[in-house]
Amino acid sequence: MFIRPLFRLVPDGTRIAFMRGRYLGLIVSALLSSLSVGLFFYPGLNLGIDFRGGIVIEAKTPGPADFAAIRAALAAEHLPAAGVQRFGGPDDVLIRLEAAGDEKATDAAADRVREALARAIPGTKVLKVDAVGSSVSAELFHKGMLALGISLLMILAYIWFRFEWEFAVGAVVTLLLDITKTIGFLAVTRFEFDLVMVAAILTILGYSTNDKVVVYDRVRENLRKYRTMPLRELIDLSINETLNRTLGTSMTVFLAALPLALFGGASLSGFAWTMLFGIVVGTSSSIFIAAPILLFLGEHRLRRDAARPKPAKTPVA
Amino acid sequence: MLSFSPLKTATIIGICLLGLLLCLPNLMPPPAPWLPWRHIHLGLDLQGGSYLLLKVDMDAVTRERLEGLVDLTRRTLLSANIGYQRLAAEPAANRVVFRLRDPSQREAAIAALRAALEKVQSSDEVMVAPLDADGVALTLSPQSLVQRAQAAIEQSIEIVRRRIDETGVVDPQIARQGTDRIVVELPGVSDPERIKALLGQTAKMTFHLLDAEANPANPPPPGVEFLPLEGQPNTKIPVRKHVEVDGADLTDARAGQNPQTGEWVVNFTFNAAGARRFADVTRANVGKPFAIVLDNRVISAPVIREPITGGRGQISGRFDAKSATDLALLLRAGALPAPLAVIEERTVGPELGADSIRAGAIALAAGSVLVVAFMAVFYGLFGWFANLALLANLILMLAILSVLEATLTLPGMAGILLTLGMAVDANILINERIREEVKAGRTPIAAMEAGFRRAYGTILDSNVTALLAHVMLFIFGAGPVRGFAVTITVGIATTLFTATLLARLLMVRWYARTRPALLPV
Repeated sequence: MFIRPLFRLVPDGTRIAFMRGRYLGLIVSALLSSLSVGLFFYPGLNLGIDFRGGIVIEAKTPGPADFAAIRAALAAEHLPAAGVQRFGGPDDVLIRLEAAGDEKATDAAADRVREALARAIPGTKVLKVDAVGSSVSAELFHKGMLALGISLLMILAYIWFRFEWEFAVGAVVTLLLDITKTIGFLAVTRFEFDLVMVAAILTILGYSTNDKVVVYDRVRENLRKYRTMPLRELIDLSINETLNRTLGTSMTVFLAALPLALFGGASLSGFAWTMLFGIVVGTSSSIFIAAPILLFLGEHRLRRDAARPKPAKTPVA
Repeated sequence: MLSFSPLKTATIIGICLLGLLLCLPNLMPPPAPWLPWRHIHLGLDLQGGSYLLLKVDMDAVTRERLEGLVDLTRRTLLSANIGYQRLAAEPAANRVVFRLRDPSQREAAIAALRAALEKVQSSDEVMVAPLDADGVALTLSPQSLVQRAQAAIEQSIEIVRRRIDETGVVDPQIARQGTDRIVVELPGVSDPERIKALLGQTAKMTFHLLDAEANPANPPPPGVEFLPLEGQPNTKIPVRKHVEVDGADLTDARAGQNPQTGEWVVNFTFNAAGARRFADVTRANVGKPFAIVLDNRVISAPVIREPITGGRGQISGRFDAKSATDLALLLRAGALPAPLAVIEERTVGPELGADSIRAGAIALAAGSVLVVAFMAVFYGLFGWFANLALLANLILMLAILSVLEATLTLPGMAGILLTLGMAVDANILINERIREEVKAGRTPIAAMEAGFRRAYGTILDSNVTALLAHVMLFIFGAGPVRGFAVTITVGIATTLFTATLLARLLMVRWYARTRPALLPV
């Protein structure tokens, strides 16, 4: 353990013909992504307070929570609570209110909930209050989407700059497929879609690109090394050569995110589970989606490029 | 590529030691007060506290200016004996408009208004121009709108700061966001209700004369408005709009008790200008009621018994200890130029913050152990070099976050953990590459050399793309999520250093000492 590695993830010299499964991979991926797009419209995402606005209050009552009393107290204050529910232990209460039309009213309602709660069950501790006015939530949503969109464009531009355009298109199409599946995952699991989730998706995006870049780098290197090898074989070879790395890095990121999902608490577990899903999707898409797309796009073109070497770009791995 | 000059070696080790040193402020108080002792701040989601996003009502600023213009126009035209009608503010067009009874007086009216404006503000703030056949428009110039908005937000920030300082909150952060918003961060405040109540009042206090003839049943005569009496919203008081004395001229205000009745009052003191005006007004109006108006409500309207010349006064209303103290605080801190609305609040209680820290720490520890174990099992000695580099990476990350005085949030802790998981990617790439070179029959030294050189481009490519995504997140994100973007961005930078330079140095040193015939890959 201290000098020699104990295990290898994948034995050396594998020759798995991944490209034989290229149609299957693309079809399964396209199906899952279409399904996800459907799920995006129905039932849709469970928008969190960042993006929907409104009020969420977490409180801890001295004894087991009396939900009927809380509901009655809120009703007496004419506060239309959208939900009073338990989360975590029996004394943990989560109260949700929809955003009021007027922004001032949203925050004032949060104060009234506090007061009603303190009156109904004295000794209740308010753990957390989030009150987001409607213009703020609209703006946060807009900015979140902008961050996603611009990141995708910049990744496209960067890969285009560093590789040929076939690689860039392959990577971005794959990333779009990854993102749609992640959206589908969120729609099914009902994890709240908020700013932290945008962070998760962006991290998946970065991670997944990273994975594609490694495989593409190897393809590019092999294109120069093996001038006559057919592209299909060459892509298979490149994937096999980088397989230990692809799986190894996925494992380490997975291992890092797993404790977050298990012990990270309510606010991080959704983020972490989404990350874990994204790691699996991103890793498999490097092999089964990004590479076949490159094969389809570059069947003739890339070989011609390789035969007529370009002026040397930066060294490759 | 493999040889390290002594200088280079010393630099690499020096950077790591410096990182260790820069982490110290997080663990202990400064040993000497003059030391630059920068450390990481805990976000409100971890230490507990309240985040408020306030919006300045800029329309109110403009409305108030237009009201002032209407008042000035009325007085100017009256004193110049120019007949007018339909004098009104048009907030949508940022102007005040009136019609002349005799259109031939238009030039005279414009000249009189320009002269009057000259006295109170710089001439380019309001443009006076003819309108249609018989009208005149006083329009606020666009640049003055921008300037006033700018001034309003800066003044609001100042007043918000003063009010919060008066409440004794430790270390509040108050900053401007965009053109009309103020971010207020209140560490340790788990119930911001009182502060929100204090910030929710403009606390604009003015003294007005009353119009004794006006009857609340009829529409108010020009220049008069009906304002509700504090505590009795159905009682309307006919108040002249003209401000006789402005609360802005107060120098002090204190809550106190009337020794005879035990009633709570607020005692105030005017500055010289205010005292003079107060004396003039009270001298000229003995026996008449004088209204004290706070935020469009009449607090009280006592009858002036004798001229008040000392510049001191007393407000009595239906105060209790708390409301008198708060009013005195508001008057001392000054009036807001415009109303503020809380449009976002995030409050975290101390218990939840402590829970989050614990959860984050457990996840961080467990995740690090898993990653370190993985590297040891699958990469042996070179894996341990990567693990050492990982430790240095963590230290350097914390050092940079300390120097930046960054805010550590719960998502930020997740970012640190994910960075550790991603950082070893560089080492995995290098180790796999070295292994391939060994298989291809290279000598250990050549394999190591080729491994590092060839992996470097890939490492750079893959990290740049991740960096792009997180810089976007930092630019467009808000709140704790930005903490995540910051830690990941810093982490990527430190990874490039530790995973390549430091890990390589360790490997080369080890190789030079042991000279193995075979590499343990």
